Amino acid sequence: MSETPGSAVVEIKSRGTVTIDTAHCKGCDLCIPACPPRVLTMSTAVNHMGYRYPELHAGCTGCGACLYVCPDFVFEVYRFEQPVITTVTPGSAR
Amino acid sequence: MTIIDSSSPPTVPARKVEALKPDLLLTQEHHMCPGCGEPLAVRQFLETIEELDVAARSIAVAGIGCYTSFSGSMDVDLVQALHGRAPSVATGVKRMLPDALVFTLQGDGDMVNEGLQEVIHTAARGEKVTCILLNNGVFGETGGHMTATSVIGQRTKNSLDGRDAEYHGYPILIGDLIAQLQGASYVARGSVHNAGSVARTRKMFKRAFESQLRGEGFTFVEVLTMCPTGWFVPTAAGPEYMQETLGEVHIMGELKVDGRVRTTEELHAENVAKQRELDEQLARGGLEK
Amino acid sequence: MSPPATSSAPPASQRVLMEGSEALARAAIAAGCRFFAGYPMTPFTEVLEHCARLLPEVGGVCINAESELEAVGMAWGALATGARAATGSTGQGLSLMQESFSEITLAELPLVVFNMARGQQDYYQATRGGGHGDYRHIVLAPQDVREGVEHVQLAFHLADKWRNPVLVYGDYLLAHTQEAISIEAIDFPELPEKDWAVDGSLSGSGRSRGVTPLGVGKPGQRALGQEGKAQYIATKIPLMEREVRVESGFCDDAETVIVAFGSPAKFVKYAIAQLRDAGHRIGYVRPITLWPFPYETLAEVAAGSSVRRVGSFELSAGQLVDDVRIGVAGRAPVMFIGGVSTDQSGFGVGRILDVELIADRILALHEDRDLPLIPGYEEHSYELQEHQR
Repeated sequence: MSETPGSAVVEIKSRGTVTIDTAHCKGCDLCIPACPPRVLTMSTAVNHMGYRYPELHAGCTGCGACLYVCPDFVFEVYRFEQPVITTVTPGSAR
Repeated sequence: MTIIDSSSPPTVPARKVEALKPDLLLTQEHHMCPGCGEPLAVRQFLETIEELDVAARSIAVAGIGCYTSFSGSMDVDLVQALHGRAPSVATGVKRMLPDALVFTLQGDGDMVNEGLQEVIHTAARGEKVTCILLNNGVFGETGGHMTATSVIGQRTKNSLDGRDAEYHGYPILIGDLIAQLQGASYVARGSVHNAGSVARTRKMFKRAFESQLRGEGFTFVEVLTMCPTGWFVPTAAGPEYMQETLGEVHIMGELKVDGRVRTTEELHAENVAKQRELDEQLARGGLEK
Repeated sequence: MSPPATSSAPPASQRVLMEGSEALARAAIAAGCRFFAGYPMTPFTEVLEHCARLLPEVGGVCINAESELEAVGMAWGALATGARAATGSTGQGLSLMQESFSEITLAELPLVVFNMARGQQDYYQATRGGGHGDYRHIVLAPQDVREGVEHVQLAFHLADKWRNPVLVYGDYLLAHTQEAISIEAIDFPELPEKDWAVDGSLSGSGRSRGVTPLGVGKPGQRALGQEGKAQYIATKIPLMEREVRVESGFCDDAETVIVAFGSPAKFVKYAIAQLRDAGHRIGYVRPITLWPFPYETLAEVAAGSSVRRVGSFELSAGQLVDDVRIGVAGRAPVMFIGGVSTDQSGFGVGRILDVELIADRILALHEDRDLPLIPGYEEHSYELQEHQR
């Protein structure tokens, strides 16, 4: 993550990403603290079973920790060939 | 909000490093409770079988517990046994098919209550099978009752004030008990309370299966799993609750390797070191398989 | 399918003096049994001993299980791989195996079980089952070692034919009597391949197999569910009834018909032959399968115009007699003429297994006289107490 001092935007580097099968999530929350860069938060919306599910923010490293602790086989984990930069406005909800 | 769209695979060049589920699991669907630790262990041993490329000679013997439903979704030739009886069934299978990789899948109620005699004798005889124990310290399927591995103070449906040593007696540390038996060649206790422990458990499965395939003797992998429903805790609190209860008594680690039973001091020291090492790996971006 | 030529096996064509236990073990091996597990218990112990000695010689496995529960569990596992496997014990030991018996039947595994019954009779246990739910085991009751050798081989065949357990019901006499016999391997009709057996080869193919008493199935396979599974087994039961086997003699003009099975039946037949010689019109019916029970034969015999009474001779407080009553269905009065009789240890042969004593009882029934007391009953009878009147 790089921040240009005094500028209005932040660039966050993601080395990986995940797909999230939200329909199969049972809302157990285990992935949230498991993620080392803390880029998962639980949604406010619910899936068809009534569970909230994880949503991904910029900064994923593709480490796989979420998948390791997920009881419901919700994740697939990828690592980018080249890191992907996401631009974030500071102060906006992450 | 910078929510990344995670509904489909990335469109930029990327390498998939972890699949949704093991090939040996025919469906990701199951009816385990939210926050259940058992599927975490099931993924790891199925992926280990795939990694070792021994699927086409693997035979599972399933006990009776919540995990029994995986007998319908594991793509493994399977014999369903009765509660506690998997080790003797596995013995019969392996004696007739010595080249197969034979493993049992049992819970603590199944193995340490009903089937204590079976697993001890199977280990003592050095039967070349791997018994896998999913230990959550309760009878999950019947609703959260005390088992022989429940720890002092643990609140269960039939120890509502907490397990009392005087009235209920003491837990059996089955992994440690099995490690004492000469017929056991590799005995380990893993856990799935965080990603690092899951990774360590994966390695235990691999070493256990490899030891069986080398014909060295009986192998045993116990895995501490979360059961928030049976523990009456919120799902997110499962891992911490486990570390404070089961984890304090049933110590994680390789209990017996190369014929040597390791001391509790060794295990504690290793657990601290390994956790730090794995946390660092995760922070750097991935665990070494 | 001839027995292997090893230094300890007698050539098939030669009769050799051999105790029943050894004959049964050799018969099992001749039938292709390659796995046995058991726990020592008199008078079954020698069957285990002989299997322990003989099975490794043919590349088979015999395990001294640490309990009867484990013995049947090990046999379960061996059966699941498609092997012919057996276990056994006395009735006491089989009591411990009952849950597994029910479930093995649901899993449709071809288990062969030996009951070398002790002095008490296990007719109910064998035919009604001590296990839970609806299930039946085919039960063969040999009268002597020679028939035992035939029945053991038949048991393995019937077990595979129906994918259902078969029990060979023996006793102390069968286990420990020496007879001159030869183990002739019997040729049975061909049976289908055991494609249901698990050997690991279909793991990972998407078509992996399951051997299970539960109604669970793999995705894409037809799962019966618990009700479906039980209904499936329930509808199999009447179809197996065609395996009924029975022997009868002297019934055409009989006034009295005696029903007996197993070793005692051999005594009964001898006694009746003697009584016939003396002019008494007495016949016998010997169920060879205790399940399926020969109700039809019994009904036919009892319907004979000359039959006045039917007696059930057994070494128990009266178990076989229930099935006799069902078969006779009121066509003639049914009397229990047996009794509990065993030796001091409770393992073996009781005083009642005596041709003269048996002939006396049959004749008393035949002549509508009071039956003599069974030896021991006078001293040992329960007395009704005041508070029970």
